[in-house]
Amino acid sequence: MGLSRRGFFHTLGVVGGGTLASATCARASSAGPQRDHSNDMGVLVDVTKCIGCRRCEYACQEAAGFDPPDIESFEDKSVFDEQRRPVARSHTVINRYSRPDGSGPVYNKFNCLHCLDPACASACLVSAFTKNDTGPVVYDPSRCMGCRYCMVACPFEIPTYDYDYPLTPQVRKCNLCAHRVPSEQELPACVKICPAEVMTYGRRGDLLELAHERIANNPDVYIDHIYGEHEAGGTSWMWISNVPFEEIGFHKVDSKAPPRRTEAIQHGVFKNFLPPLMWYGLLGAAMWLTRPEKNDESKEGDQHAEVQS
Amino acid sequence: MSAHHHPPQPMNQKLITPGVLVLLILTGIGVCFAIWRFIFGIGSITNLDNQHPWGIWIAIDVATGVALAAGGFTTAALAHIFHREHYHAVVRPALLTAMLGYTFVGLGLMIDLGRFYNIWHPIVPAMWSGHSVLFEVGLCVMCYLTVLYIEFLPIVCERLEKEERWPRVRVFCMKLNGLVGRIMFFFIIAGVVLSCLHQSSLGNLMVLAPSKMHDLWDTPILSLLFLLSAFAVGFPMVIVESMVASRSFKLKPEMHILSPLAKFVPVLLGIYLGFKVGDLAVRDKLSLIGEGSPQATMFVVEMVFGVIAPFIMLLFARVRKSPTGLFIAALMIVLGVALNRINVFLVAFQPLYPQKTYFPSIGEVAVTVGLISLLIFCYRVIVNYFPVISHPGQARAT
Ligand code: SF4
Ligand code: SF4
Repeated sequence: MGLSRRGFFHTLGVVGGGTLASATCARASSAGPQRDHSNDMGVLVDVTKCIGCRRCEYACQEAAGFDPPDIESFEDKSVFDEQRRPVARSHTVINRYSRPDGSGPVYNKFNCLHCLDPACASACLVSAFTKNDTGPVVYDPSRCMGCRYCMVACPFEIPTYDYDYPLTPQVRKCNLCAHRVPSEQELPACVKICPAEVMTYGRRGDLLELAHERIANNPDVYIDHIYGEHEAGGTSWMWISNVPFEEIGFHKVDSKAPPRRTEAIQHGVFKNFLPPLMWYGLLGAAMWLTRPEKNDESKEGDQHAEVQS
Repeated sequence: MSAHHHPPQPMNQKLITPGVLVLLILTGIGVCFAIWRFIFGIGSITNLDNQHPWGIWIAIDVATGVALAAGGFTTAALAHIFHREHYHAVVRPALLTAMLGYTFVGLGLMIDLGRFYNIWHPIVPAMWSGHSVLFEVGLCVMCYLTVLYIEFLPIVCERLEKEERWPRVRVFCMKLNGLVGRIMFFFIIAGVVLSCLHQSSLGNLMVLAPSKMHDLWDTPILSLLFLLSAFAVGFPMVIVESMVASRSFKLKPEMHILSPLAKFVPVLLGIYLGFKVGDLAVRDKLSLIGEGSPQATMFVVEMVFGVIAPFIMLLFARVRKSPTGLFIAALMIVLGVALNRINVFLVAFQPLYPQKTYFPSIGEVAVTVGLISLLIFCYRVIVNYFPVISHPGQARAT
């Protein structure tokens, strides 16, 4: 097989054009995490107020369309013997923690934190997870391939999966009731049902102010930390507490949003598609320069570089 | 110029041997479990849960599969881009492995993906997400698989050109072969570029989950380490395969090609080793090696048996020239890189709220073993009927 010099450079040019074109598209779709999030809707949880009635679990299951059992059955306290996690049929759970000094239990609520720069959305290769302009991180099952990379990526281990559905499994998590809170006047189901007013629904900026105020006014009650203010780059759900967060099931999470790690690397490697193109060019040049000169054994004429496959 | 002296020929041996029967039985068992998965869901045959979304189907079928297919682009680069003609004889077997390897990565994914019928979604521009590491991996793998099929075309054409029974097909294949040959250099370079891109990005996947990764593997240069280990494992994989193939077709191992090829390995493996140790040193995590955790043990096994020992062995010409020594050293590297991928995707991955520990189920193992068996069977069928292996000792078919 021979190939002519002209063909060689011609094809190189065609490739160049093609990759550049796709580079523009790839750049257009890159995430914009750095917008101002103080107007996003979010929730402030005050764990000191929670009485562990689990009505929010009931309301959440109902809002998600899962036909929960009787609300009375949620008064069963034996579930607190274990530390539970959100599951595909229940996107929020309340867990009970006892304090070292034995002074009464503390209850904590777990659900998607609706990160400002969500790792799940950065992970998803088909944009099935996106962050709404109003705050919620929502999921579109019709795009999803079911690779579960979003579950690997979430720094709070929130998304769950329909492992028992053979054909139409979905990734399941709280969507901040995005499907049923069209106006800011409505409340997410868990916020609405809570009899102890544990949760405040509002703009993130206002919630932060409120949280700081509460901590400042009651320094002997609250620890000086708003979980979610900076964790993983900040989240729309935030928590204040009278016990350190590590004691009520939260992990220390770096303030740098995980996507900033990978996207910095990826966008470096693909910067305007130049690095891959240069790599292509370099290899092409190497191929050209090391081609065997007038190979005796080659039956090709001398204006042909020999490529044998 | 061994390629000229011994053009690749179909092996033309008996297809069904006891070994092949075993492969077919294992494949059958895997297929049964796979059918079960499509009827009753992933949860019914795997030990995956919300804390362990990825198991061996990703760590072995996909991540290890991609790594061990690296022989395809490394030999293509060596023989075609840097024109080391001496090595032409190993290019086709390596190409076949890569082509089958990536095809089976796709098959494995089809079983693991919850909505497998959406596997084509990444090519829809409306769904593109250029910030997703997995998007880059997915798109590169799809492109590369296409490139591999094109690179394989000449082999198919050569075979059909000789087919007396179908004159039309012969003419068509001759034309197609000529055409493809003229633009092949384009695909060869593209294949190398695409390989470098996704081999490295595969490592970047886990960089997105720092809070769940054990510190021994949680490094921002994981993608570089993946790329360097892919470079390092390419030739050893070719060596292992070539020797296994020679043995199974009762031919002498091609030491005159494999020994010189092994000379490159300590260099590539040494660079990988340097970066691996340097990374730990820079991140100040060297002391973790002695922490005694299961993770630390796996790390030591990976490094000592998969990298350091074969690195030292291959420094000696005596080992490189001895079929047994070379085979053992190359196999250690292959297993070492496989263990590295398993370590990164499974062992290092520590859920924040573990309910149980993950260990692959019988179903998961059966499917993985079935896929590998089917791959080996396909390899055997193809080298038997298509001109892939060039060997001085083989029977010439005319
Ligand atoms: S908590 Fe997890 S699932 Fe929720 S938005 Fe953040 S990354 Fe996504
Ligand atoms: S499982 Fe679905 S939503 Fe999650 S990353 Fe994969 S395609 Fe995206």
